[in-house]
Amino acid sequence: MNSIPSISCLTVVPLLGAVAVLGLGASSKKLARLLALAFAFASLAMTLVMWHRFNPADGGLQFEEVHAWIPSLGVQYHVGADGLSLLMLLLSAIVLPMAMAASWQVTERVPLYFSLMLMLQAGLFGTFTALNFFHWFLFWELSLIPAFFLVRLWGGSQRATAAMQFFVYTMLGSVALLLAFLAIFMATGKFDFMDLAELARNGQLLPALAALPHWQTFTAGKIALLLCFGVLLGFAVKVPLVPFHTWLPSTYAEAPTGTTMLLTGTMSKMGLYGFLRILLPIFFMEMRWVRTPLLWLAVATIVLSAYAALAQKDLKRIFAYSSINHLGYCMLGIFAVLKYTGDNPALATEKAAALNGVFLQMFNHGLTAATLFWFVALLEKRSGGLRGLNDFGGLRKVAPVFCGLMGIALFSSLGLPGLNGFVGEFLIFKGTFPLATWPSVVAVLGLLLTALFILTILQRVFSGPLPEKWSQMPDLTLGERLALLPPIALMFVLGLYPQLILGVLNSTAMRMVWQLRF
Amino acid sequence: MTWIVRNLWLIPAIPALAAGLSALASRRRRAFAASLAIGSMGISFLLSLCAFAQALRSSGQGEATRQVFNFPWLQYGNEWLKLGWMLDPLTAVMLVMVTFVGLLIFIYSTGYMAHDQNFTRFFCFLSLFAAAMLGVVIANSLLLLFMCWELVGLTSYLLIGFWYQRPSAAAAAKKAFITTRIGDLAFLIGIVWLYSQAGTLLFYDHGAGCMEQTALAAMVAHITSVGMAASTGIALLIFAGAVGKSGQVPLHVWLPDAMEGPTPVSALIHAATMVAAGVFLVARVYPLMAAHGGMHAAIAPTTALQAVTWIGSITAVFAALIAVAQNDIKRILAYSTVSQLGYMMMGLGVGGVAVGMFHLITHAFFKSLLFLGAGSVIHGCHEEQDIRRMGGLRKFMPVTFATYAVGMLALSGFPLFFSGFWSKDAILHAAQDWSISRTPFYLGAFGALLTAFYMTRQVFYVFFGEARLEGNAGHGAAAGHSEHGAARVPHESPAAMTMPLVLLASCAVLLGLIGTPAWPWFNSFLNGQPAALDFAGFLERGTLPVMLSSTIIVFLGLGLGWWFYGRRPIASADAPDALEQLQPGVFRVLQNKFYVDELYGATVIRWNGWLASLSDWMDRWIFNGAVQAVSYLVIGLSWMARSVDVFVVNPGFDGGCKTVTVGGKILARLQNGRTQAYLRMVGLAFAVLIVFLIWSGRR
Repeated sequence: MNSIPSISCLTVVPLLGAVAVLGLGASSKKLARLLALAFAFASLAMTLVMWHRFNPADGGLQFEEVHAWIPSLGVQYHVGADGLSLLMLLLSAIVLPMAMAASWQVTERVPLYFSLMLMLQAGLFGTFTALNFFHWFLFWELSLIPAFFLVRLWGGSQRATAAMQFFVYTMLGSVALLLAFLAIFMATGKFDFMDLAELARNGQLLPALAALPHWQTFTAGKIALLLCFGVLLGFAVKVPLVPFHTWLPSTYAEAPTGTTMLLTGTMSKMGLYGFLRILLPIFFMEMRWVRTPLLWLAVATIVLSAYAALAQKDLKRIFAYSSINHLGYCMLGIFAVLKYTGDNPALATEKAAALNGVFLQMFNHGLTAATLFWFVALLEKRSGGLRGLNDFGGLRKVAPVFCGLMGIALFSSLGLPGLNGFVGEFLIFKGTFPLATWPSVVAVLGLLLTALFILTILQRVFSGPLPEKWSQMPDLTLGERLALLPPIALMFVLGLYPQLILGVLNSTAMRMVWQLRF
Repeated sequence: MTWIVRNLWLIPAIPALAAGLSALASRRRRAFAASLAIGSMGISFLLSLCAFAQALRSSGQGEATRQVFNFPWLQYGNEWLKLGWMLDPLTAVMLVMVTFVGLLIFIYSTGYMAHDQNFTRFFCFLSLFAAAMLGVVIANSLLLLFMCWELVGLTSYLLIGFWYQRPSAAAAAKKAFITTRIGDLAFLIGIVWLYSQAGTLLFYDHGAGCMEQTALAAMVAHITSVGMAASTGIALLIFAGAVGKSGQVPLHVWLPDAMEGPTPVSALIHAATMVAAGVFLVARVYPLMAAHGGMHAAIAPTTALQAVTWIGSITAVFAALIAVAQNDIKRILAYSTVSQLGYMMMGLGVGGVAVGMFHLITHAFFKSLLFLGAGSVIHGCHEEQDIRRMGGLRKFMPVTFATYAVGMLALSGFPLFFSGFWSKDAILHAAQDWSISRTPFYLGAFGALLTAFYMTRQVFYVFFGEARLEGNAGHGAAAGHSEHGAARVPHESPAAMTMPLVLLASCAVLLGLIGTPAWPWFNSFLNGQPAALDFAGFLERGTLPVMLSSTIIVFLGLGLGWWFYGRRPIASADAPDALEQLQPGVFRVLQNKFYVDELYGATVIRWNGWLASLSDWMDRWIFNGAVQAVSYLVIGLSWMARSVDVFVVNPGFDGGCKTVTVGGKILARLQNGRTQAYLRMVGLAFAVLIVFLIWSGRR
């Protein structure tokens, strides 16, 4: 279709940026920031070009590149992007400049910090486009390492514990993932996701697994289920799904806020992406067996995290739990579409609705959560690091613009119609209700609790009498207002005209539904 | 399709645009914001009149009575989610009412809010509210209605908490939002259920809409696993949304607290329009509410309509009882609103759309009149809201008094000359004929008695007797209101405030003319039939007896009110209430609103808090505890491994390792702590991978 390897270029640009920024040395902080930002905008421009060139009528893989790498091992360099990949690329490219802007106040080891951010971006780009397990896993790990260092070196006072937790959990997930894929490789000799999905659809995966040497004591179904659990664990930790979520609040809270934006805005989507790209196409049969418990786990994620958010006193921890809650709706939608519906076209449409909702919710959550953490960064900058729920009050008086814009972001997170959050949640519930009625009914409770803690923030931080010590707090500067304008504007645009994304994504959703028809 | 139907969206869009523009305006551009809001509302009012004229023209022409405009919004699978708007008599009536009352209240607000710091913001929120409310009214899609419905809730939240520096206002705003959202979420479930049943959320779509025969029949026929028809379940869930928004029992607790907002807000949002949106919603989905399996009409009311009737009639009495014992001028009106909304629901349940809607329209005028009058009183009394500290105001505020009296008589249902009489009478008449039970009728009649009583009590306290306004009564002064001078003499309000009062008062009288049994124009218009003047309407079965009995009830209420509060002038602000002397125990229960807030506080709210703490605790100790245990295990193992290294492996290895150590030190400066462990694991993972690959490749 085209001669330029768009995806490879896209992945290389942030890597080059990382090297260039690091090469600047410690002397020029300002230059490092600007250079990093320039690379971030360059990758944003490239993803926008790709978004523009993407053919929405065909929801399949585009921009594909296949090169032989280690043919004897079934390892080839295979990248490509369908609507979902593209959406995630775009989201990462949008969130990165925001995270960099929010990290402007980082003063220690600036080049390293921004270089790690770019490296993380390269890892994300690679993860969202790789179609062969071998280099997909490389990128998956590559994105973890910079994140780990960003938390460990620039984090808050509890950073050691937080980084340790982050490490134990994600490493556990990665090891499970790796072992599962090694076993699959052993059975099939294939690493390519597309090939494996094809095998699974043709029913050839189970016989292959049954033929595994040394494993004959188990039936093929049991082996498949075990492997499915391994992969599931890797992704469930990442999203996260209760009970694999406790790393998240402390990591988000301890990470420097700019990094938290990347963690919540884009890295949390890696898990969901894994579900949609890898787990569902390959293990849909096994996932279907455990669909009901998984649905209730998703409901537990939604409800428990919302309740836990209610109990928090630190804004970052509240938003961290809120993040878990919002991604819980995505999990609910994903598990709901696993239902076997045969040839029923009406239910296939419901599945398409749910998947479209999941896509939108992924993007919207990335945008909104990153913006919210940005506001926390701006608040911390003004308060000298304070960010407790009860540390403030009446800020509307001194900082009306700050409160107004953050209010918009908060209401977007609450799912107010007219802003982006609503459409995704509505489509998820619309699609989930007929497929998994009772779980979706219980999950609605999460929407109420979200409203409760968000309004509590508005009440405690923005309303009430203004304490003396904040009477001089400056409002947003002109630069900050201009920087915040694009994400806020995007919230309105997507809330009123969601077709902007759905028009591109719908065919991908339909293709996924079609692939899950068995 | 006529021009006005195609462009009906302009009616909400113009105030929305005004809201957007004034949101961007600086805080100092007061005149700009006010004129923008009033101008946009004026244009919307004119357009609404055009729409009304159009509805009148096409009235009674069967299908043409309702004109719809639908458009696709988003795509999923092979389907498009469509939104749309429509013009039918129900929409037309609501449009004119909302824009007219809204316009008057906007004008009034320029006087009432004149001294407020955030004047500009106030008009921005008001315009946004008007836009959202008009969106609810014109929506031809349950989803669009829901979206605007939520936005109405947002503006209500913003305006209740307008004086955000008062903690009580911030708390009341939150309470309002959360309480209504409980209903809204049931509503949302109803919407997705309806969507999955009917395949569309458009109300009317040339036969394919969800309120049309095909879809309704399918929903009635679909029996769910709990043994209830899908139509009933959906109707009840949608009604739950209406219960929240319209302050019906048991979700009524937010509405009285919402009086923390500025009085024009109470008049517009919490009396005339938004709280009536629940009633409007039930009227809008009435075909669903009334959908039953049988083909013949003379069948018992559906479960959904029974629920509407019972909730409405219970609310009507419950709130009226509480209103009897309140002392805050606005809270009395708030409970009165709750009670009247109950009447409207009851009217919908027993008598159909026109009966409920007629009371909605008349109530919108006289209740906003009463609220604006109360605002004028509060303004004139320097932000005093306690009726015990008022008194004798008829001398100081003649216009306010005269108009308030009109509103009070209309609300009480004073016979023949006031609109409230006719609309309430229609409800009672329908309740009397209800086939299920007579109880709603008796409840309604008792509520009417209470209404006349508490309004008389209020008027005697506020306008009669001696002036009891104290010099130190300024504690209730609103934040942002400049303190008036030292003189604590009540004064009449400016013309911007009294002019709307007079207009509303005339409406409160004249509107009665369109809904009398002799000329039931309103009823006919909503039902799409021609109306004719026929005095024989009074002679129909049951009409005159009901009129007579409700007249007696009203006079009884007024008389009792006079007996307790008017016979002897109230001497001092601290004297106990006449009812309190008579029945202190009952009075205390009523004064404390039947302790519903306390009940919720001790149950739902406390359980919620427990669950939050429990979730947090589980996270910290159970889930996290498991991880901690694992990580300590790992650390323990690595300590063991290290000991082995140090004491067994190292001595023989040191020499060879020196060069490696130098490199390691450089790395170590970059990373402190346990990062090595992480890298080691990554390295290990890859080593395993590579070894494995080599091994399997050879095979």
